[in-house]
Amino acid sequence: YIVTIRVKPDHSGVVTDGVKHSMNPFCEIAVEEAVKLKEKKFIKEVVAVSCGPTQVTETIRTALAMGCDRGIHVEVSGKDYEAMGPLQIAKIFAALAKKEEASLVILGKQAIDDDCNQTGQMTAALLDWPQGTFASEVTIDGEKVKVVREIDGGLETIKISMPAVLTADLRLNTPRYATLPNIMKAKKKKIANMKPADLGVDMVSRVEVLRVDEPPTRLAGVKVETVDDLVAKLKANGTI
Amino acid sequence: TVCTVPSALTGSALFFAAQRCIRALKTVQAEHAPPQHYTWRRNCSSAVMPRITSHYTIFPRDKDPRWEGVEMERFADEADVVIVGGGPAGLSAAIRLKQLAKEQEKELRVCLVEKASQIGAHTLSGACLEPSALNELFPDWKERGAPLNTPVTEDLFSILTEKYRIPVPMLPGLPMNNHGNYIVRLGHFVHWLGEQAEELGVEIYPGYAAAEVLFHEDGSVKGIATNDVGIAKDGSPKDVFERGMELHAKVTLFGEGCHGHLAKQLYRQFNLRENCEPQTYAIGLKELWVIDEKKWRPGRVEHSVGWPLNRNTYGGSFLYHLNEGEPLVALGFVVGLDYTNPYLSPFREFQRWKHHPFVAKTLEGGDRIAYGARALNEGGYQCLPKVTFPGGMLIGCSPGFMNVPKIKGTHTAMKSGMLAAEAIFPKVTAEDPASETAGLHIPEYEDNLKKSWIWKELYAVRNIRPSFHNYFGLYGGMVYTGVFYWILRGKEPWTLKHAGLDSAQLKPAKECTPIEYPKPDGKLSFDLLSSVALSGTNHEGDQPPHLTLKDDSIPVANNLAIYDGPEQRFCPAGVYEYVPLETGEGMRLQINAQNCVHCKTCDIKDPSQNINWVVPEGSGGPAYNGL
Repeated sequence: YIVTIRVKPDHSGVVTDGVKHSMNPFCEIAVEEAVKLKEKKFIKEVVAVSCGPTQVTETIRTALAMGCDRGIHVEVSGKDYEAMGPLQIAKIFAALAKKEEASLVILGKQAIDDDCNQTGQMTAALLDWPQGTFASEVTIDGEKVKVVREIDGGLETIKISMPAVLTADLRLNTPRYATLPNIMKAKKKKIANMKPADLGVDMVSRVEVLRVDEPPTRLAGVKVETVDDLVAKLKANGTI
Repeated sequence: TVCTVPSALTGSALFFAAQRCIRALKTVQAEHAPPQHYTWRRNCSSAVMPRITSHYTIFPRDKDPRWEGVEMERFADEADVVIVGGGPAGLSAAIRLKQLAKEQEKELRVCLVEKASQIGAHTLSGACLEPSALNELFPDWKERGAPLNTPVTEDLFSILTEKYRIPVPMLPGLPMNNHGNYIVRLGHFVHWLGEQAEELGVEIYPGYAAAEVLFHEDGSVKGIATNDVGIAKDGSPKDVFERGMELHAKVTLFGEGCHGHLAKQLYRQFNLRENCEPQTYAIGLKELWVIDEKKWRPGRVEHSVGWPLNRNTYGGSFLYHLNEGEPLVALGFVVGLDYTNPYLSPFREFQRWKHHPFVAKTLEGGDRIAYGARALNEGGYQCLPKVTFPGGMLIGCSPGFMNVPKIKGTHTAMKSGMLAAEAIFPKVTAEDPASETAGLHIPEYEDNLKKSWIWKELYAVRNIRPSFHNYFGLYGGMVYTGVFYWILRGKEPWTLKHAGLDSAQLKPAKECTPIEYPKPDGKLSFDLLSSVALSGTNHEGDQPPHLTLKDDSIPVANNLAIYDGPEQRFCPAGVYEYVPLETGEGMRLQINAQNCVHCKTCDIKDPSQNINWVVPEGSGGPAYNGL
């Protein structure tokens, strides 16, 4: 995930051409959890979904190599892709969850490029399903799911009924490596292709990015010899 | 006898059971756990030295009790041709094979493995591309969108002194003349080649490194195995441990680039270097800068020699103005690795060079956006090994087809890949390969090379680099080039020799003077760690360091004691550090393997030849974007 980020010369965003894109680490944990649930026979089929341009199929293949059964690529490119945010994705996921009659929608808690932490929650709201977010432990118990959530104060355990939306936090599991034989086998698994319009989703964004800037370079600190100097300097720059 | 893991899946169950029994007995008999600590009482330290190396190539796993009972079988798959390395040579070979298959309507499975996370991420070069090989491979490269956007318009050569610049005329016929060439971002070009290869049906697997060469019973090469994953830093298996995969092929092509680690093994195995000189190298460091538009001259190529290097240290600089939309320049510095002063730091020479008035005026007001480094070949004709062996062949910069005075190796690397493909194709598609060995031996590749323009080119320039080994150093070499190359085109009947192994050239530290380098100013020159951060390099932290030492005690006893630890200075990524011991007196070597940019300089220049670079978990390493 180490990438050198550069702001585009026109300040409209960040340079993404030629930069290696990979699966969001929290999504890797979500895929791993889904595959684990299938291995424990709680669920029958795992479908990996991603929204974006053609390159996104590579990431779906990695998910297939980790153990998902089939993939769905929702094609979004160009201006629509640049403007795509959590609300649009949540609408797509909600439509797909209904279409596929899913019992669980598992996502990473947030994407590490925008740190929004909104998609899972919005998806649950649009579907009117219960949500178990920041999950660090998931246990299926009949028609209910017990979720241990990581919250500021510690750990909260809740029981929600299925169908539900879960978002994965760091300590949920350690994702397996996608080994080469599995990547080769994944080439034979199906990835369906569709557009947001096929799901009845409009991609219009209510958010407009005005400008992107690099964070200001950190200035060197100033050392002072005595407390009086410190007070004088603080008065001089208007702090006190 | 060593308990070897059977590499084929055809072993019988009985065999496995017997293996397990023998292994169990051996571990019961002797305590073979690799020692965690050993005491070392010698001049440099009187305390306990912590263990550095834990890699299984130094401490085999079949003797290691922590690996008892771990499933070591590998999944195997068959292809017609397997190619190691997704650089210009490997991709050209793959493309040529598929082009021939399409022409002659034959089926051919070609698999290519590459250790970088995406094709082009570990590629670094100047680069001024001579389109000769590309014109042969894809005559319609322009229509296909090859990223050759900057034809060379101006060509400057200078000899620098500390403050001034002596221009040298670039007469046509001199090897450095660049008329007709293109300035490219080789990483982007290689990425484009990768896309062309995938369109033709080549199976490309980035993120998987070839870690081991596999052999048939008769000694010929059977294929390669990719790296294992999930081994902890101390060498023990983690929960996510997964064995690599075996790819078997009729022929395996090794295109690992300069000083490949599998090639190093193959040279020994098949004695490929018995009739050639040891390869000599240089290190190239490069940066990309966005400069002030007013200073931008797209298509301009600048080379220099001289300051800051003295006349006896081979090296020089390059600065190319790209024409890709924004005012981008690619600049860098090359230092021959046969330098003698252990206090020399190629990185700091590079940073120092940027302060020369002629260079600084281009860079002032600009921003540095990328950094990287890689070793390159300087040996040329005299150092070409045998390139074919039963079951495989070497292509590209691995055997080393770089034309040193031209400082171009991409066109020859691509051509060598294409020639290999053309020699292989009839053999792998034949009904009956009529081969003596299970892996095909195809000496026709070497014959093709000798008849091609690669050979003529390398022969003509063979004496230029070795001509620097004279009292006048750089100036003697330039005079030699002027007389014998420009006028006589390399037709002189003699062939000069190189000085020998680069690692043997260092003089002991006490015979040399430390070099006073200026502090980086943060505007033109920078410190090492912020440069490494720009390379985007990263590795999974919890894995054995891939810079393995054959003997953990030698760095302090030899490298530090006699040469004052030159690896601290020649590594362009700050991997090697001598730090004081926590208890007691003395120093120890700390290896920051995560910083490694896979340049291979340490494996080349280590005076004790104790460092053996092996491949880390796939996807690790730099994340160059169009470097």
